[in-house]
Amino acid sequence: MLRYTVRRLLLAIPTLLAVLTIIFVIVRVAPGDPATAALGDYASEEAVRALRQRMGLDRPLWQQYLSFLADLLRGDLGKSLITGQPVVDQIRHVLPYTVELTLAAIVVGLVIGIPIGIVTAIRRNTLVDYAGRVVSLAGLSVPAFYLGILLIYLFAVRLRLFPALGAAEFSKPGAHLHALVLPALSLGLIEAAYVTRMTRSVVLGVLHEDYVRTARAKGLPERIVLFGHALRSAMIPLVSLIGLFAISLIGGSVLTEEVFARPGLGKLMIGAMKQKDYTMLQSIMVVYAIVIVVINLLTDLLYGVVDPRVRYE
Amino acid sequence: MAVARELPETGPRTRRWRRTQAFARNRTALVGLVMVALLLLIAIAAPVLSPHSPIAQSTIHRLEPPSREYPFGRDDFGRDILSRVIYGTRIALLVGVLSVAIGGVAGTVMGVVAAFRGGRVENWLMRLTDVLLAFPDLITGLLILAVMGPGLWKMIIAIALTITPRFSRIAHGPALSVKQRDFVDAARAIGVGDLRILFRHILPNIVGELLVLASLWTASAIRLEASLSFIGLGVRPPTPTWGQMIRDGTVHLTNAPWFSLFPGLALLLTILAFNLVGDGLRDALDPKTQA
Repeated sequence: MLRYTVRRLLLAIPTLLAVLTIIFVIVRVAPGDPATAALGDYASEEAVRALRQRMGLDRPLWQQYLSFLADLLRGDLGKSLITGQPVVDQIRHVLPYTVELTLAAIVVGLVIGIPIGIVTAIRRNTLVDYAGRVVSLAGLSVPAFYLGILLIYLFAVRLRLFPALGAAEFSKPGAHLHALVLPALSLGLIEAAYVTRMTRSVVLGVLHEDYVRTARAKGLPERIVLFGHALRSAMIPLVSLIGLFAISLIGGSVLTEEVFARPGLGKLMIGAMKQKDYTMLQSIMVVYAIVIVVINLLTDLLYGVVDPRVRYE
Repeated sequence: MAVARELPETGPRTRRWRRTQAFARNRTALVGLVMVALLLLIAIAAPVLSPHSPIAQSTIHRLEPPSREYPFGRDDFGRDILSRVIYGTRIALLVGVLSVAIGGVAGTVMGVVAAFRGGRVENWLMRLTDVLLAFPDLITGLLILAVMGPGLWKMIIAIALTITPRFSRIAHGPALSVKQRDFVDAARAIGVGDLRILFRHILPNIVGELLVLASLWTASAIRLEASLSFIGLGVRPPTPTWGQMIRDGTVHLTNAPWFSLFPGLALLLTILAFNLVGDGLRDALDPKTQA
């Protein structure tokens, strides 16, 4: 396991480097000058030149690239072009909100998705199965921001059960959790649709395996065949899917935070984009890149734990 | 009779026929196909179908609730929401279909070329694919649009770029395995060129899977376009887009819920239509799900 872990860690480094390079290239080499974009078309030439110098845009590209990487290694994400505050501080402030939202959504997705997936697989081609499939396909088709709006309309505007917008401080746990319910549902229900489909197809696949037939043939009760044999091995592929879900949730969380006006990484990114704060935008992308690479890494390691065969490849 | 049925059916024609039958039997897919056809019709005939102008403003009638004359109500400029929803079909389908066409062709070429060239080209192309795949589509689209600025073609290109690696990943595997099959060796032995092998032997073998991917990604592309418009990176007004309409309506969710809810419903149904088609196609092509 240790060798596998080390090898996997070493493999993550070139991937991360490649992603960072792509971010750098897109932000720097793209048409249009970040300094001009930040200041607007009517800015004086001196102002643009001063900002270019402050951003280091007047140096050769390879120097910019090296200092971009060097700053990252030191944990320096630069200063916001708009507020002048260190980007790291702002990200550190909002990150807990995004992490909390994502975790809550994963819980919602698994708690709803796995049981429905199992039931629709076992009762294949019955009314339950059709209903489950239609609902999950609808769940896959509803955009994250529209589901958020529907939930706000139903539960905040009409029923007045939950606050429509914003998030409460972490110091007030009651109000905080209350404000988390709708965003977590909005993000989690879509995830539940994915989980349902995945679980269903994985369980269907397992139910056709020889050892399940053997277990039935030797007269084991269906309950033991299902929970003791079939579902245990069906959980292995599902573990690796949790990583995939977490990554797709990152995309969804951007929209959810925007709809619910919740503080978070996504909201910060959209704000940075509107204000043309390129340092901030680039840094948030870097944070996303690191998070994604780490999630992939953890998923692979977890997979190595639940399925020992993986390690010997 | 029963024995005759058990006989293996061979040849491309019978196989294709069986797939067509399976697709037709699949009622959900048929529903999806009908919905897609209707949407195309609505997009083309938008000027005829719209009861009012999608851009004519009338501020004294702003945010009027749905009525017989204006079934979906009016927006914050007093414009007819139904007509705007109808016109919105155009941008949605245009972006959905074009970005998938561009990204799909580019990705397929990338995957097939990688499989055929092998060696270092393959290594680099597939590495690039994997790195691009690691990012959620929305984040990639956001970054590209944020740097390029808003616009219809920029939107299409941004979405096409997020789609490209998905197709190259899917096209690569089968192309690789078909390339190693005996009939390709045989074709090459009698002097058939690379391009002909590609079109006669490789593409027909992966076209089914690519079609499934294309319809599912059209759904995703439409969702992406709406999401990016919702964030404020979409095609500029006055061209009506659903994402933009939903965004403008969120402010009025308490006093004029129809403003957001109707365009959102159109969006949801459109995405559902393409997902139904993709799902049905997949079931029809996959022998495992027919058991």
